[in-house]
Amino acid sequence: MAATKEEVLSGLADIVNEIAGVPAEDVLVDKSFTDDLDVDSLSMVEVVVAAEERFGVKIPDDEVKNLKTVGDAVEYILNNQG
Amino acid sequence: MTASDTSRSRGTEPRTVVVTGLGATTPLGGDVASTWEGMLAGRSGVRAITEPWAEQLPVRIAGQVAVDPTEVMSRVEARKLDRSAQLALVATREAWADAGFTAPAGEDAALPDATRVTVAVGSGIGGVTTLLNQWDVLREKGARRMSPHTVPMLMPNSPSANVELEVGARGGAHSLVSACATGAENIGYAMEMIRSGRADVVVTGGTEAAIHPMPLGAFAAMMALSKRNDEPERASRPYDKGRDGFVMGEGAGILVLESKEHAEARGARIYAEIAGQGLSSDAHHIAQPEPTGRGIIQAVRAALADAGIPLEEVLHVNAHATSTELGDLAEIKALREVLGEHASRLVITATKSMTGHMLGATGAVENIATVLALYHRLVPPTINLEDRDNEVDLDVVVHEPRPLPAEGRISALNNSFGFGGHNVVIAVRSV
Repeated sequence: MAATKEEVLSGLADIVNEIAGVPAEDVLVDKSFTDDLDVDSLSMVEVVVAAEERFGVKIPDDEVKNLKTVGDAVEYILNNQG
Repeated sequence: MTASDTSRSRGTEPRTVVVTGLGATTPLGGDVASTWEGMLAGRSGVRAITEPWAEQLPVRIAGQVAVDPTEVMSRVEARKLDRSAQLALVATREAWADAGFTAPAGEDAALPDATRVTVAVGSGIGGVTTLLNQWDVLREKGARRMSPHTVPMLMPNSPSANVELEVGARGGAHSLVSACATGAENIGYAMEMIRSGRADVVVTGGTEAAIHPMPLGAFAAMMALSKRNDEPERASRPYDKGRDGFVMGEGAGILVLESKEHAEARGARIYAEIAGQGLSSDAHHIAQPEPTGRGIIQAVRAALADAGIPLEEVLHVNAHATSTELGDLAEIKALREVLGEHASRLVITATKSMTGHMLGATGAVENIATVLALYHRLVPPTINLEDRDNEVDLDVVVHEPRPLPAEGRISALNNSFGFGGHNVVIAVRSV
């Protein structure tokens, strides 16, 4: 069963917390990964791979540059999960 | 030209180099104080390896660090660093603070100038556990699942680069590699950087974390390791007739070296002077020591000449002494030859009897022990020396620490030798 928007956001928050040490409650839809959450490009690759695994989606490398905010990632996952 | 410009120009006289900060994490303890206390107490840091992977190996003992580095750094930081860099960072933080620096270079009004701070930290093998673990990930789960941090974790200059980031060193970051002489060779290089006026402060030393089935199996295949699996604490026994090879250890040793005028200008505590180095290569065999000690003799003589230290002033040698018969005896023979009559008036010790052989870190940790021996005027003992090899006819400090003369200037030599026939001797002098 596909995850809800709340489940995706909360799952992403856990991932960003695990990889970049950002408090999960700070991971909100309007936050930019690089500017607000200090997730560097290498850590972003880790976030993407962990999200693919957790939500059963494929996030092509070309798509990653479009995922600027947490909201972008939530939307992409919701629209592409199997 | 301002006064500060003058101090930065290359003078004709080489500058004096002093030690102002020490940091270590070893099988004996998570810092310098516990490591030194363990050495004075004659404690062994060698243990049985309890991880299941060791069961199938011929060697199941090692000197694992007493404090897991991931317990003293953030989880996020730890996941981006190979264990060798984790250990180097733990030791760097201690050494940098011990030198009296409270912020990265250039970030506070105090000294030092970040562009005059350099790093020289090496590792014998580098990020070998990251390399092997990520190879497993590639084969089992595919390339997509490999850590994007793999390359910066496994590159051999990673500890040096991470130390540079930690202390804000903008004067260059180096990482010399010479197997088990790595730690000492980096210290010698750091000394030259300061002497020649290319840096005022250098963070230097060595690190190693290679206790993993592949490197352990590989060293065991060379017949280099002790197989005393049932008595780990008694396995590292330099000079003892019952020795059967070295014990692999891991750890890091970091020193803050500084020009004497820079240290004095800021009122820093000075432990000792790094007075000179002697380098040579055996040109004999890729792994075996040259049996006559020819290369060691050359390196000891070069270190004394470089330091301008008269033989009578040398009262202590921290020997390389890994606990292999060929290596231990070549070193003793060489010391006899070069020191002559004076050999009977100095005391030698083999701290690897307690730490095991920390490979690329060992020269740095032993340099710290040498510095502290002069600073406290106390030489830590060699343990497990119960049935002395007849050819070891020097005064080895056994079981109890030995005091050095309380007054007057004294010097010590710190020997480190590595596969490839690298010989590095560092001369240290009291202040």
